[in-house]
Amino acid sequence: MIEIKKLHKSYPIGKDSLHVLKGIDLHIKEGEFVSIMGSSGSGKSTLLNIVGLLDEHDEGEYYLNGQLIDNLNEKKAAILRNKFLGFVFQSFNLISYKTALENVALPLYYKGMARKERLKIAMDYLDKVELKDWANHLPNELSGGQKQRVAIARALVTQPKVVLADEPTGALDSTTTDNVMDLLRDINNEGMTVFVITHEEEVAEQTKRIVRLKDGVIISDELTNINSKAV
Amino acid sequence: MKFLFDSDTWQEIYGSIRKNKTRTAITIVGVLWGIFLLVVLLGAARGIENNFNKIFGNFATNSVFIFPRATEIPFKGFQKNRRFSLTTKDVEVLKSEYSNEIKLLAPRSQTSNLIVKDFKTGNFQVSGDYPVLDKIQKKELMYGRFLNGNDILSYAKVCVISEEMYKQLFEKNEMPIGQLVKINSINYKVVGVYKRSNGISFDGDTAYIPFSTFQKVYNRGNRIGWMMITANDGIDIEQMEVDILLTLKNLHKVHPDDKRAFGSINLGVEIGKVTGFLTGMQFLTWFVGIATLIAGVFAIGNILLITVKERTKEIGIRRALGATPISIRRQIVLESIFLTTVAGMLGIVFGALVLFGLDKMVGSGDDAILINPTVNIPIILLAFLLLVILGTLIGMIPAYMATIVKPIEALREE
Ligand SMILES: Nc1ncnc2c1ncn2[C@@H]1O[C@H](COP(=O)(O)OP(=O)(O)O)[C@@H](O)[C@H]1O
Ligand SMILES: [Mg+2]
Repeated sequence: MIEIKKLHKSYPIGKDSLHVLKGIDLHIKEGEFVSIMGSSGSGKSTLLNIVGLLDEHDEGEYYLNGQLIDNLNEKKAAILRNKFLGFVFQSFNLISYKTALENVALPLYYKGMARKERLKIAMDYLDKVELKDWANHLPNELSGGQKQRVAIARALVTQPKVVLADEPTGALDSTTTDNVMDLLRDINNEGMTVFVITHEEEVAEQTKRIVRLKDGVIISDELTNINSKAV
Repeated sequence: MKFLFDSDTWQEIYGSIRKNKTRTAITIVGVLWGIFLLVVLLGAARGIENNFNKIFGNFATNSVFIFPRATEIPFKGFQKNRRFSLTTKDVEVLKSEYSNEIKLLAPRSQTSNLIVKDFKTGNFQVSGDYPVLDKIQKKELMYGRFLNGNDILSYAKVCVISEEMYKQLFEKNEMPIGQLVKINSINYKVVGVYKRSNGISFDGDTAYIPFSTFQKVYNRGNRIGWMMITANDGIDIEQMEVDILLTLKNLHKVHPDDKRAFGSINLGVEIGKVTGFLTGMQFLTWFVGIATLIAGVFAIGNILLITVKERTKEIGIRRALGATPISIRRQIVLESIFLTTVAGMLGIVFGALVLFGLDKMVGSGDDAILINPTVNIPIILLAFLLLVILGTLIGMIPAYMATIVKPIEALREE
């Protein structure tokens, strides 16, 4: 599903450049539930943004669903994002003047789906995250956990190949954190590939595979015992 | 173009406009004001023009009036300050020498007299005139007729009086036609009553009697007071005036450079000054209106630019969710067009309402200032088209700015 070979990424800072990713090799297969662990500034978000086609890498190869990602223009990237990827952000990134339902339906708008159909599908996904009753509420009327569930419904609504989540629990307390992680696990159990970034050990332990990042290189990559439990 | 008819496109625009109410209001006001000014000023200019047209309407606008004064240069043995009169002979000479140029020529003699009807009296101007006067300075008659050729030939003792004179000299509802009035102790039969002119009039309340009768009764011989001349179409009236004056100076042994000997008023030139002023005013109106309009559109562009910056994050989110740059740009340009168009329409409506109000307040009656203040539909359409084009162009700047940043920059937390 995601295949990365010798990936490098630097950020220019004035005349110098900051080498953030220093040769990453990573292979994520369909249906996996992977977390990237690492301390703040270790380059986790940078990696996820490249995987999510929000940013470009400098060196190395990246295959998404078997397709080599190279010199994408913005239009192609947008279409690929819409087709293959679902995003969940730490700060939810819901559009404040749209209701929960409209937020969830938005990716389908960019797919070109008719409004009626869009809202129907969006409602199904809101139901899936148990927020059907909150469909017509604005984001600021929802709790943090509810917002993140809306965001997850929005990430799922286009039936992407991969859900990418950058610290999805970073802004939540421990109970809601568990709720959100349970939801992600359910999604994964239905076959969805889920790719989570976190710096919290407890969160990482709820995924099936932990990749540890330090100073731009992978220092370990192992399966968790959840995996063995599930088998 | 399909997206234009897509209800979702408009739903999105509606959403963003509703979210930014203040911004929407401010942007709209600028353009609204511009087009409002344009409509009102153009309408007012038109109203004033119509008013001038009404004022000059009864008058042949290509007229020259010529009257004698006193010489200022001694010439051919004459002292300066010599006074002299125009004569019927001058009239004949001018008519034959300028037969191509002159359309109508009305010699006139005037005096002021007490006019008596039974026990009522009043002091009025009395004017000896030819029927042709009615062609130069149209008279609207309440009763009867104006002077005719027969009156002239038969030295008839008839007169045409003004509405005001009728009111002063006659009983209410009394039929004036056929009645006699005494002017300078001579009885004249009233054959017509004319209405007060809405426009300019050089005569005031005047009793018109046949020119021939006047010359005889007041013992004028061949001396006349002054003359009104109108030119044929296509004649340079200023040149005609110069030529005629030169001929008259020659006939009356006046130095060719004498500027005081003859007075002349060229109505065409006077009106030209006014219409020149009107043209200037319309030009100014366009200038002010369009400048305001452009300023308004720029304000819209500017505010859209600010909101694009405010909405960087939102735009980043939309792009992460699969919005292509073109769909983002299209949305912003459409928003700009929508705002300018709505503002334009409101401006036109308010402008039209104000013109309507002006028309009601000062648009009718004798002392109307603005008559029928209107703006042509094609002009409105043109302004509107201009607005849409400007809205499109100006919307392209924020649209471009919105997609120039990478989605990741737009999304960056902070
Ligand atoms: N756009 C950028 N320009 C310059 N430096 C950046 C940029 N984005 C991230 N960095 C730097 O790259 C490093 C890795 O950042 P990031 O991938 O966000 O780390 P993490 O998500 O693991 O905390 C940090 O030192 C950060 O300051
Ligand atoms: Mg990060």
